[in-house]
Amino acid sequence: MEGRWNRRYDWQYDRIPSGCGLAAIISEAGRSFGGEEIIQSICVLHDRSNGLGGGFAGYGIYPEKRDLFAFHVMFESIEAKELVDAYFDRNFYVEESGHIPTRKIKEITNAPLLWRYFVKPLDDSLQDCELCEEDFVTRSVFHINGEIPGAYVFSSGKNMGAFKAVGYPEDVGRFYRLDEYEGYSWIGHGRFPTNTPGWWGGAHPFTLLDWSLVHNGEISSYGINKRYLEMFGYRCELQTDTEVAAYLFDLLLRRHGLSIEVACKALASPFWSDIDRMPEEERELFKAIRMVYGPALLNGPFAIVLGFTGGLIGINDRVKLRPLVAARKDDRLYLASEEAAIREISPDLDVVWAPKAGEPVIGRVRTGEPEVVGAEETVA
Amino acid sequence: MKRIYAIESVCMNCQLCAVFCATGHSRSKDIIKAHNREKVLPRLFVEEKRPVSFAVQCRHCDEPFCVQSCITGALTKSLEGPVVYAEEKCVGCWTCVAACPYGAIRRDVDRKKIAKCDLCAELTEPACVANCPNQALVYEERGS
Amino acid sequence: MYTLLQPDFRIKRDEERCIRCGVCVRQCAFDVHSVDTDDGSIRSDESKCVACQRCETLCPTRALTLEENYHVANENYNWTGGVLKNIWKQAETGGVLLTGMGNPRPYRIYWDHLVLNASQVTNPSIDPLREPMELRTYLGSKPDSVEVVKENGSLKLKTKLAPQLRLDAPFLFSAMSLGAIGYNVQEAMARAATEMGIYWNTGEGGLHKDLYKYGKNTIVQVASGRFGVYKDYLDAAAAVEIKIGQGAKPGIGGHLPGEKVGDLVSMTRMIPAGTDALSPAPHHDIYSIEDLSQLIYSLKEATEYTKPVSVKIAAVHNVAAIASGIVRAGADIVAIDGIRGGTGAAPTMIRDNVGIPIELAIAAVDQRLRDEGIRNRASILAAGGFRSSADIIKAIALGADAVYLGTAALVAMGCHVCQKCYTGKCNWGIATQDPYLERRLNPDIAAERLSNLIHAWSHEIMEMLGGMGINAIESLRGNRLHLRGVGLSKTELDILGVRHAGAS
Repeated sequence: MEGRWNRRYDWQYDRIPSGCGLAAIISEAGRSFGGEEIIQSICVLHDRSNGLGGGFAGYGIYPEKRDLFAFHVMFESIEAKELVDAYFDRNFYVEESGHIPTRKIKEITNAPLLWRYFVKPLDDSLQDCELCEEDFVTRSVFHINGEIPGAYVFSSGKNMGAFKAVGYPEDVGRFYRLDEYEGYSWIGHGRFPTNTPGWWGGAHPFTLLDWSLVHNGEISSYGINKRYLEMFGYRCELQTDTEVAAYLFDLLLRRHGLSIEVACKALASPFWSDIDRMPEEERELFKAIRMVYGPALLNGPFAIVLGFTGGLIGINDRVKLRPLVAARKDDRLYLASEEAAIREISPDLDVVWAPKAGEPVIGRVRTGEPEVVGAEETVA
Repeated sequence: MKRIYAIESVCMNCQLCAVFCATGHSRSKDIIKAHNREKVLPRLFVEEKRPVSFAVQCRHCDEPFCVQSCITGALTKSLEGPVVYAEEKCVGCWTCVAACPYGAIRRDVDRKKIAKCDLCAELTEPACVANCPNQALVYEERGS
Repeated sequence: MYTLLQPDFRIKRDEERCIRCGVCVRQCAFDVHSVDTDDGSIRSDESKCVACQRCETLCPTRALTLEENYHVANENYNWTGGVLKNIWKQAETGGVLLTGMGNPRPYRIYWDHLVLNASQVTNPSIDPLREPMELRTYLGSKPDSVEVVKENGSLKLKTKLAPQLRLDAPFLFSAMSLGAIGYNVQEAMARAATEMGIYWNTGEGGLHKDLYKYGKNTIVQVASGRFGVYKDYLDAAAAVEIKIGQGAKPGIGGHLPGEKVGDLVSMTRMIPAGTDALSPAPHHDIYSIEDLSQLIYSLKEATEYTKPVSVKIAAVHNVAAIASGIVRAGADIVAIDGIRGGTGAAPTMIRDNVGIPIELAIAAVDQRLRDEGIRNRASILAAGGFRSSADIIKAIALGADAVYLGTAALVAMGCHVCQKCYTGKCNWGIATQDPYLERRLNPDIAAERLSNLIHAWSHEIMEMLGGMGINAIESLRGNRLHLRGVGLSKTELDILGVRHAGAS
């Protein structure tokens, strides 16, 4: 319990630059598959990480508890857990609470207490603060992470879960027994921080509600993105710029109700010179997006994969300064930092392409509704 | 032909045009020597009635009265346009000075000659134009 | 009365070099130089010299050198030469000390204690010569979010945005009125602003008819004297600015003496020639924040909500709260002028002692508007002594949207900061209505010099942005993580919202 896992050093670190490898798979038919595939894929990108952070997110992994928020929480101490237990008892109906299943392996050490709660906000709590369920859960996550020392919520969505640790991603996957879960969408990440407190919470993905985000890059606009989010009540205290990307998606998609396409154009906006050449209606739209969401623009090199219920988005920065490859095979959409990570698990692909700068690749589970068209380009 | 024109609205009466004209027509081409030792005369006048001022040089008229009035043939109208002055022929009668409607010809009293703008023929741009600190003189073609 | 004042400066004339051309004599409006009719030599009366350096600059043989005259040999830390001279001056005249330009006192210049960041290894810096680098800035009120709808398969903007000013680079020329400066200076600023895709500000002296053609790049001011304000004036402009205060003289008004009100100024300000133009200290229809709101909306009504309305204030102690009030009163832009802001004329004691540094004001206002969740509702314009592109990029990182350049623009056009603007005898043809002096400012040359400066500073900002790995200015705006303080106290760092250098 005294491990390095929570060594946040001090809050002077606002963010830690890091390189990374990432991979993601979604079955657009909504077919579930085991977590070993994503481990196998990210394993190929071993050299893109340095053993100081690996993590995964799986969607559709808790089908029996699909209506409950699954909180994954790290505790530094029993005292921290007692405080969180008390907080949950006050504000949530807790249906189940127990250890997150792990496997003892020599590569992963100094594990904190890893706990999982399946909960639902109490009606009274919601009414008291006049918030919807999602906003209440968001507030609870910020409360626990910000106010309860030694406790850190690293997953808080429904029918999904994030798993992360200090270590190489393939070891982290084995540690969390991901081979025993089944989901329709998986995201994996290996981290290469250049200056790390070696904190478990610092590994990717970063999550909030159903959003989970992995990121390879450095967001040079972090300072203003953070202050912009603070205006809307978000608190960024996790020493990483990845966190702001996750919250920005939450703000734009969930709270401002923008479509994925528009949100992506706010976060990786086209250049003015391109906007100036657009037909009038489009031009006015993009002008407005840049004017209004200028502080949300993610500037600097990045490749991001965002997972959410029923879908995935992969997107690069506006000048594509980090690698991102996409591919399709049958009902599957694959994303990875390098093509090799995709070929490893699906050697015979229908199509492989390098998404253009700022152009999102969107994968959606088709559930009989009309297909959501992504802005992908097929450059086989 | 290209002529020197004054832009009176920005002429600030510094008279540096005259200073650099004299320097340009000195033997030494050195500004201090030209003024303190050679005592060269500038080939232009700065007309001044505050707040207005402007430099006046020979206009190189199409039908120059000075050429008509010159008794020795020292002033001639060249085919290229400028009114050319041959100093060796000048006897200092100053008829041209009286004839010039612009008052652009200076009497060189000491030497019994005249001094007149030659557009700094050897330079690409007359010295007065090139050295005006406020671009109040231009050298350009403006039609007739 | 026999004066106890000795000349402030000493003029050295190298007789070897002097060619007695008389440029110095003709160029000095203070009549320092004169020709000795006996021998043609030139003499200088140093007591009149203001050290504008016009003679020194125009002397074709560099025969003149100006030096400070340290004549108060026994000055001490408290009783400096300047202090003694001020007292002697006032003992001799009984008047308020007047001055011009910005505060020269050694208050800490925070720009010189802030350093910028750059990328190394973990992210690539961007070369603006090879990659796009965007400085375009829109000033005006932005909504919290936009609403986009899908119609016939294409996306359409549903939100109607408030009017915006588009700047190709984050600069504007500060408000300097016709009267304080000459017509040629305004023409030069208007032309340079048009060429560079930025804006100039008329100041409170109206807009001359001949400059209406630059209206698309013009911000017109409505100040307490309401000079020149009428329908066409508002219609001609791109934006309207209500001037409440000025950094050089917070809390006091203006006074353009009648001798400067010639035909041109009279016509433009719409006052009789030869009469004093008095700008009251407050607007007499604004005694409170709700009155300001009424004026803001009157101007919006008058311009049919097609133009942003800016409110300019001096940075004073509670600037953040005032700025918040201004935003809530409906302003699209808040312009803040710091303690080093310039002026054509101000009482010395006020210029030198009232107000706060712009760096602290920007930081406080930006943070306050964020705390209140209204930062997007107005743009912040900062003014007051910006000296270089580095100062400007630091201001943007602190939270300004763009900056006003006053003194820097004047210096680009020739100003030598002699601080004698109020005399009307500006030898550089800038702060004068004297037709003999005004013509020294050739608008062609001045416009080119201004454009060059904007071009140069824009490029420097692009280089610095690229170094930080940023390719759009909005990603630096308010991004204080790219700043670090050097040699600042904890209090100062807290107010600036910046960490000390060395802290990661």
